[in-house]
Amino acid sequence: MKALSQKRRHPLAAVALLLMGLLVTGGLYAAASSVNEAQAASAYSASDVEEGNKLFLANCATCHGMNAEGTDAGPSLIGVGAASVDFQVGTGRMPMQMQGPQAQVKPVQFDDEQVQQLSAYVASLGAGPAVPEAEYLDTSLGNSGQGGEIFRVNCAMCHNAAAAGGALTRGKFAPSLEGVEEKHIYEAMVIGPQNMPVFNDSNISPEDKRDVITFLKEIEAQGSPGGAKLGSLGPVSEGLFVWTAGLGIIIAFTIWLTSRPS
Amino acid sequence: MTTDTVYQPKTKTGRIADFVDQRTGASGMVKEFGRKIFPDHWSFMFGEVALYTFVILLISGTFLTLFFDPSMAHTTYDGSYNPLKGIGMSVAYHTSLDISFDVRGGLFMRQVHHWSALLFVASVSVHMLRVFFTGAFRKPRELNWVVGSTLLVLAMAAGFTGYSLPDDLLSGNGLRIIDGIIKAIPVVGTYISAFLFGGEFPGTAIIGRLYMLHIMLVPALILLMVAVHLFMVVVHKHTQWSGPGRTEENVVGFPVGPVYAAKAGGFFFIVFGVVAAISAFFTINPIWNYGPYDPSPVSAGTQPDWYIGWADGALRLMPGQLWDFSFDWIIPFPWGDNLLAMGVLVPAVVLVALLGGMFVWPWVERWITKDDREHHLLDRPRNAPFRTAVGVAGVVFYCVLWAAASSDLIATHFHVALNDVTYWLRALFFLGPILGFIIARRIALALQRKDRDIVLHGREAGIIEMSPEGAFTERHEQVDEYKLYKLTAFESPEVLPAQADRAGHVTRSEKLRGSVSKFFFEDRVAPVTKSELEEARSHHGHHAVEGHDDKELEQ
Amino acid sequence: MGDHSHGSPQESGTVAKAQDDSLDKIQDPGLPPHRARLTDTDPRAAKRAERQVAILFAISMIGTVLFFVGYFAVGHPESIAEIRLQNMLLGSGTAFAMLGIGVGIVHWARTLMPDHEIAESRHEVRTEEGRQEAEEIVNTIVDESGISRRPLIRNSLIGALALAPLPGIVILRDLDLTKASASEIVDRLRHTMWDKGVRLTRDPSGTPIKASDVQIGSAFHVIPDGLNETEDPLNEKAKAVVLLMRLNPEDLNVSPEREDWHHDGIVAYSKICTHVGCPVALYEQHTHHLLCPCHQSTFDLTQECEVIFGPAAHALPQLPITVDADGFLVAQSDFHEPVGPGYWERP
Repeated sequence: MKALSQKRRHPLAAVALLLMGLLVTGGLYAAASSVNEAQAASAYSASDVEEGNKLFLANCATCHGMNAEGTDAGPSLIGVGAASVDFQVGTGRMPMQMQGPQAQVKPVQFDDEQVQQLSAYVASLGAGPAVPEAEYLDTSLGNSGQGGEIFRVNCAMCHNAAAAGGALTRGKFAPSLEGVEEKHIYEAMVIGPQNMPVFNDSNISPEDKRDVITFLKEIEAQGSPGGAKLGSLGPVSEGLFVWTAGLGIIIAFTIWLTSRPS
Repeated sequence: MTTDTVYQPKTKTGRIADFVDQRTGASGMVKEFGRKIFPDHWSFMFGEVALYTFVILLISGTFLTLFFDPSMAHTTYDGSYNPLKGIGMSVAYHTSLDISFDVRGGLFMRQVHHWSALLFVASVSVHMLRVFFTGAFRKPRELNWVVGSTLLVLAMAAGFTGYSLPDDLLSGNGLRIIDGIIKAIPVVGTYISAFLFGGEFPGTAIIGRLYMLHIMLVPALILLMVAVHLFMVVVHKHTQWSGPGRTEENVVGFPVGPVYAAKAGGFFFIVFGVVAAISAFFTINPIWNYGPYDPSPVSAGTQPDWYIGWADGALRLMPGQLWDFSFDWIIPFPWGDNLLAMGVLVPAVVLVALLGGMFVWPWVERWITKDDREHHLLDRPRNAPFRTAVGVAGVVFYCVLWAAASSDLIATHFHVALNDVTYWLRALFFLGPILGFIIARRIALALQRKDRDIVLHGREAGIIEMSPEGAFTERHEQVDEYKLYKLTAFESPEVLPAQADRAGHVTRSEKLRGSVSKFFFEDRVAPVTKSELEEARSHHGHHAVEGHDDKELEQ
Repeated sequence: MGDHSHGSPQESGTVAKAQDDSLDKIQDPGLPPHRARLTDTDPRAAKRAERQVAILFAISMIGTVLFFVGYFAVGHPESIAEIRLQNMLLGSGTAFAMLGIGVGIVHWARTLMPDHEIAESRHEVRTEEGRQEAEEIVNTIVDESGISRRPLIRNSLIGALALAPLPGIVILRDLDLTKASASEIVDRLRHTMWDKGVRLTRDPSGTPIKASDVQIGSAFHVIPDGLNETEDPLNEKAKAVVLLMRLNPEDLNVSPEREDWHHDGIVAYSKICTHVGCPVALYEQHTHHLLCPCHQSTFDLTQECEVIFGPAAHALPQLPITVDADGFLVAQSDFHEPVGPGYWERP
């Protein structure tokens, strides 16, 4: 392994790896490992990898190392797969603005093509979860009832039953899932970004992941039947509302009612 | 009854009224209540809000019972809410969803019921705060304060039993927490839990049992207490603010018929209208989001309704372990070891102590002041700095616990660490009430001094005048005699040192009372007397405002 | 009536208050003069107020009609958007109907009904004559009943009254519908469905889990095999739910007696919080912390789930696991201690 990783520094290593990856991909598919489909990026061209490498050196290498081997400031990216890059960069979490309890969502720093190039580069470093296929993101094929059940068992404790987000320890938090792209939801489950656990395909199958996404998109699209959602935060926001707006209106009426007109 | 003097009513209404009167003696009631006087002030209306929201609860709740089935039998959802189709759930949750999605107006009624429940407990609380801060609980109304406190507890019980009925994930986890708290009760906790749940948690009995409590026992007790409460209000007559023409011997206001009845009656419709408007536009308790109860899942942000929040907050603040010291105390007994779950018991004791303190406060205050006179005139909160300070300390204490119940939401919304929020609130748990006490007392005393100032030197007119010498002063306008009386018509209790009893002994409790009295009444501002006022007025013109900047300017 | 019963009941006349010499008090000027309203003096203003009240009542009628529109025109809603629309129409209809009446009546009272303040004198809550009469009546009743003269009757009655409610308490014994004895009630808290060889399966599908399925950083929500076929699945689930995670084995600090409780870094812990029983389901894969969303108890997975923050007072129980011949994860035994919150008989 050591010899291999040294050779990776060779400019052609990436291309060689990619070719190897392409060859192996088919085999991996056939093997259909019960863990994540550890496919290399079949869709990426050599030039994608090369462009990605440049972008990586310019934007990421400070923390993740020149060869993505990781430093004290950032983890190794070898084997994290294209899905990781697509999620972290595609949601604006990476590059990080500053070190903190967890990476925050920001405006995305790269365009779609650059994200793809970066993904291609990182995917070329070692087998890891790939960007999901469109078939598993198509909510018209999913079952929201089943997705809801899986969501409640596996996700709601952190992300809230209505996907409004929640707190974790020491400044970390599970974000709201409203408005998150289908692709990114899927990728998050596969890669387990930050402190989120990994939900690999043997835990929640790709079809089940699609059900979860279907559920999330359905409750997001339909809104609340009862009117404004008050943040879907549960009884706390309801209590606050009743003490401020509710009692406020009532008190205004009592003052009017007991005052003397001119 | 002689037949020859029988009264013959002339109109149809008169005939009906006469018919009823002959059989019920209603004319006596009309005589008693028809022109009964009620004082008018906005802060006196919260009790009515509570009563009216309770009526709305009865109306909307009755509607809900027509469609709700409190069974915990297993069923599969086949209603019209798509994201739950095909999911296994209890009949109770199924029918709750049906009310929301398949009964026209059912969702509206659910929201009316829940919003008015929140408003009910809130208005009971605000009403009690009003009574507390104005001293309306003093003799002869102590027992009515106890009845009111009981109503608050019953209101929380009604709310909690109702919160649990839909058998959704949120309420189920709430019940699980209750089960955990009950199990912590020494000696009998395990059995009480088994009896309550009909076996092991969650069982299949609890929803039906809570339903019985929620729609029969608790509302019946509330109705009974409301009747007692209102009866006592009639006996005592309403308190009133002190002011010109208002004394301990009279009550000044508007007669029930027509003005007060119209305002109070109209107010019912207003409260109903406000609740309806809120229910039209704001979701409450979206049970469809939470899913059916299942012991495995839980949602982030699992909280009780606001009135149970302080209990939840107390549970959150109590540390279970301090370094290596665990609050699960294992007590060795001759028959073996037993466990005291102090991590749960300590918060429970704190809550009971706060509630208990609320119940007995009228006697505590009476013991400290030795004041056994009847009081029908209210104190302005500033004129009873000690009581206001105690009340503010209690409110701060409650609010800290309340904030603790939403520590996770505070963390996510203000981008601070959850653990830090808990540490801060733990500190505030102890410091908050003390700071609240000190600050509230200082503010009250300062406001009293300001009142004195206004009485002695008039109100600041907002007009700056320049004297021929070039000094700037603000013109002060004398307040009229009504305002003058209003600002001076109060009592300012003084320190009452420990007294010897008949045998000449000063008991230890009397010594304690003396020092509490000193603590409470040492700092006091007395109302302006007539002689002080005359003194100030005779100087007026020379020294416009004693102790003000212009005095120095003049010298 | 203020001052006729000064002082506390024990020591009359001791109350301290300021300005007992009422001579120096600023005098009560009496009720302020009545100020006429516009509607009292101007008939046109009164007429206008009358019209306003009628308009408000008319608004109420429109509100009721709006309710019917929401009910019948929307009909049985077909979608969430329609439910929302119907709720808004019914709600605003009711709001207008109620507010129209309420605001109308109050406006009527404020502007058109007399607003002269009236003083009514208070009566004593209790009169001394009344007290004396009542005392006499009570004495007569006690005397005629003879209860104070015949202690045998009194004492035996007290005994009977004290005993009689007991059946009312005893009859509640079967609130526990399981017919369990007192010791069984306590004992069943110690046992869960887990036993030697019971497979760990996914919640809620019930499919078994292979050790190779569990990669580092993942968390599985686990129920025992066969749970869904039991008589009371929720009761069993409430005790048996488990969280399965895989760590790098070097990250685990394993005590000697638990050496073989994990399988290659795969560990299983009870999901029921030891505080008051919420599911401790939040797993942070890098810090290895488990967090309870109800009261924020935090457990450190690397330290055998010791409490590191929050109100829980003891560690989460660990389920000893291993793999069976087919590579599926199975339990070695039941938990070695009761799961969930502490209770009196727990130690």
